[in-house]
Amino acid sequence: MTEYMLRTPLSEEDIRRLKVGDIVYLSGVIVSARDAAHKRALELLEKGEKLPIDLRGLAIYHVGPVVRKTERGWEIISAGPTTSTRMELYEADLIAKTGVRMIIGKGGMGPRTVEACKKYGAVYTIYPGGVAALAAQAIKRVIDVYWLDLGIPEAMWVMEVENFGPLTVIIDSHGNNFYDKIYRDVREKLDKEIYPELLSKL
Amino acid sequence: MYSSLEKKIFDTVIKLLELAATDLPEDVEKALEKAYERETNPMAKSMLKSIINNVHVARKWKYAICQDTGTVIFYIKVDPEFPLLGKLPSILREATVKATDLIPLRPNAVDPFTGRNSGNNTGRYIPWIEWDIVEGFKALEITAVLKGGGSEAPSIAKTLTPAEGLKGLAKIVLETIFEAGAKPCPPVVVGVGIGPTADIAINLAKKAIFLRPLNSRSDDPNAAKLEELLLEYINKMNLGTHGVGGVTTALDVHVEYAYRHPASFSVGVVTSCWALRRASARIYPDGKVEFLSHKIL
Repeated sequence: MTEYMLRTPLSEEDIRRLKVGDIVYLSGVIVSARDAAHKRALELLEKGEKLPIDLRGLAIYHVGPVVRKTERGWEIISAGPTTSTRMELYEADLIAKTGVRMIIGKGGMGPRTVEACKKYGAVYTIYPGGVAALAAQAIKRVIDVYWLDLGIPEAMWVMEVENFGPLTVIIDSHGNNFYDKIYRDVREKLDKEIYPELLSKL
Repeated sequence: MYSSLEKKIFDTVIKLLELAATDLPEDVEKALEKAYERETNPMAKSMLKSIINNVHVARKWKYAICQDTGTVIFYIKVDPEFPLLGKLPSILREATVKATDLIPLRPNAVDPFTGRNSGNNTGRYIPWIEWDIVEGFKALEITAVLKGGGSEAPSIAKTLTPAEGLKGLAKIVLETIFEAGAKPCPPVVVGVGIGPTADIAINLAKKAIFLRPLNSRSDDPNAAKLEELLLEYINKMNLGTHGVGGVTTALDVHVEYAYRHPASFSVGVVTSCWALRRASARIYPDGKVEFLSHKIL
């Protein structure tokens, strides 16, 4: 469990030295994307069109923020992660096609993302779910917003962050998925210890 | 134009939604602090620390604790003679629209066919209202609940045979928590309902979560024993905070039941994320308001 302070644009070298369980504090530019934004991004890329922002070396954040519009522009009030498993359908292709280096979310992702992280040099990290007011404190400003027609939670918010974290590395770029081991251990414990004991008491 | 009592109810509902979104109830915060103190896994402990810091920041700045401010649900306990009873649904709805803009809440009401977001947290049947009409209650008690979407994913209702009974129930509960893994933002609060039909069971499971404080046992000794057993063994799984391992996977388990049918044993399981957001107040016909869940100066 090593702690790293990283800044975007992230290089392949930055990413390759991260291992599951490491903690990252990230500064620079992160871009929000949930289900609808992932879907639209891939549709555009498939048609050979460009995304409104070049994601190379940046981080994608699975978040649908609470925002407020003031005279000074958009303000992010609350911005914790949403469950990443819904993006499993899209993420591997997005990593392959954009060169994005870090995915931030919660809840874990599946084998296709693990493969893509390994092949293209990316990581999946989690920010503690629900810790949304604290997350918003690390977001210094909204640089831009695209695709507001998808609704505020689904739009693509481009944000500048300072020491955003703790981000825990769950999928590294060496084919490891931290949650796989946890779930294997829990499964074994359930079948070998918990059920025999608990069921005998009922 | 609103009458003065209508205005009072309207303003109280907005306040309740603000409290629910930004100020975690004391019992929930205490349960998180206790989880932090006894945690031995360093990753889980650091996450619990962030969680508790976040609760403080949200309260101080009146920011939403979680950006998913959930589906708005109202549990109403009311005297049948309470004035304005018939107007209550429209007051609750209008207050939800106003609160969404004011606090602000994230707009979370979406047409399932078109995908259109109404933008104000209202829509067909939303906000959802559950009624409990109590003769002689002489007041109106409103509990505002914001139910997050992520922790709704594992919800399940299943009808077992009576022979499968409590053993079958225990397996459903533990498998549900296991399958959900990190997705519902553990440490979770687990509601378990038992009844004659699947819908009754899951409705009771949800009430069990939101209408009882944490760290309280059922007043029924059988249900209380089941709560303790399930809590003990869920935490023995060591799934932990956000699934990174550790000694607290559930902050509490609440069981609520109805008499079942001779041929069925329906079980409902619902989880709340650690950010269990509720706020309640009692309003009297003379306009007096008492906040029950939060201290209001």
